[in-house]
Amino acid sequence: MDLNDWRALETVLAFVCFLAIVAWAYSSRAKKGFDEAAQIPFLDEPGERHNERGSNHG
Amino acid sequence: MEAQTTYNYKVVRQFAIMAVIWGIVGMAVGVLIASQLVWPQLNFTELGEWFHFGRLRPLHTNAVIFAFGGCALFATSYYVVQRTCHTSLFAPALATFTFWGWQVVILLAAITLPLGITTGKEYAELEWPIDILITLIWVAYAIVFFGTIAKRKTSHIYVANWFYGSFIIAVALLHIVNSGEMPVTLWKSYSLYAGAADAMVQWWYGHNAVGFYLTAAFLGMMYYFVPKQAGRPVYSYRLSVVHFWALIFTYMWAGPHHLHYTALPDWTQSLGMIFSLILLAPSWGGMINGIMTLSGVWYKLRDDPILKFLIVSLSFYGMSTFEGPMMSVKTVNALSHYTDWTVGHVHSGALGWVGMVSIGSLYYLIPRLYGKTEMWSKELVTLHFWIATIGIVLYIASMWISGVMQGLMWRATNADGTLTYAFIESVKASYPFWAIRALGGLLYVSGMVIMLYNVVKTIAGAQPVEERILPAPAAAH
Repeated sequence: MDLNDWRALETVLAFVCFLAIVAWAYSSRAKKGFDEAAQIPFLDEPGERHNERGSNHG
Repeated sequence: MEAQTTYNYKVVRQFAIMAVIWGIVGMAVGVLIASQLVWPQLNFTELGEWFHFGRLRPLHTNAVIFAFGGCALFATSYYVVQRTCHTSLFAPALATFTFWGWQVVILLAAITLPLGITTGKEYAELEWPIDILITLIWVAYAIVFFGTIAKRKTSHIYVANWFYGSFIIAVALLHIVNSGEMPVTLWKSYSLYAGAADAMVQWWYGHNAVGFYLTAAFLGMMYYFVPKQAGRPVYSYRLSVVHFWALIFTYMWAGPHHLHYTALPDWTQSLGMIFSLILLAPSWGGMINGIMTLSGVWYKLRDDPILKFLIVSLSFYGMSTFEGPMMSVKTVNALSHYTDWTVGHVHSGALGWVGMVSIGSLYYLIPRLYGKTEMWSKELVTLHFWIATIGIVLYIASMWISGVMQGLMWRATNADGTLTYAFIESVKASYPFWAIRALGGLLYVSGMVIMLYNVVKTIAGAQPVEERILPAPAAAH
């Protein structure tokens, strides 16, 4: 294999890696962590904790 | 060692105030050079060459991008990373160094650029001694930011910090590679790269400065301040994760669209065009994610001028990230390149997206750094919003018209193949639009002056606040 084959392979692997990230992000396994993380901006002020932070979409 | 119990707000305050001041300075220089195009006497040739358009134009771009935008990013990133990690800044002495170092870089730029000391690389004009200082400051910034992430008290790293973090890493990479230069004297160097490779390195830098500095970093702002001001979590956290990685995987490839129809190999131009088209998807995903955060609380937009700034900034983000891929198509670029259309496109992103998201975030931030929850005058914030919006519309609409007109005039040929118009005819035809553009810019900077007045009134007599760090809530139940 010459250098350009490796370059092509690297591009394909990067794309596969991205697809894997998308699959992970949309898996049910990731959902709980994401729901917690989405609340982080509201956990930094005591008064704001229960302030209209109804669960938004996925 | 006794753990620090309050957030480091001093450096945040310093950067936040300087963002407003440098915003006025940088935009005022922009209005001056816009006026020079209409009234050439404003080049002040009788005084010397220091105020010529060619000397002041890089001063304008450096001041608005690195002084205004940079200070806004330092301020918000230091604020957001502390609050979302429930901890104080790591290595606060280095954070202080980033503030004073960055101000020195700005002053050096303001001195060297009018003197004509420049590398000639767009958005990377500063000469090698200043490049070295920037590198030191950036390393200090990375240590402070990632050190703070490392000592966080939460298990998750909030998505805004991912965007800020990618900005810090990418800018370090871009700056070091594109600043590869051979010093000849203290204030003169030559690029390490030659010919088309030099052009490609420059626009790989230039477009990723747009991608990671002017986009990813300000998206970090968006992912914290929009949910905060709306009182709602981000519309879809998983979309924000995909948004982040999609930008990371595609932006680095889009630079060649700045070099269509040049000596750059054709395949590289086409590759750059295709990746620029792909970028539409993550950009619009992010825009939708930001705007839809308001779902259920749209009524807040009616009387909250800060939300108006933030949401309209996202609309301009959507507009310019549609326009950008379209202009990267080679056939469209054949018309648009080197015309005012490009200038209009940049300012739709710069004034509309970067400027408005920064202004909105600073209006949220500044009172809170002084123990208040609101600016001194909400009416003046509303006034600022409308003046800025009208200014942007005048700016970009006039540039669209003059840009398309210039492109059409330059390509028009007579039946015998000669050019229909001399270049100077397109210049003459552009004057009315340049006058409208200068007016748009004047309105925008006037809004910034109103902002400064409101900021002074807000912090006058107020005590800088020492806010206690709230312990992180117990992890996953």
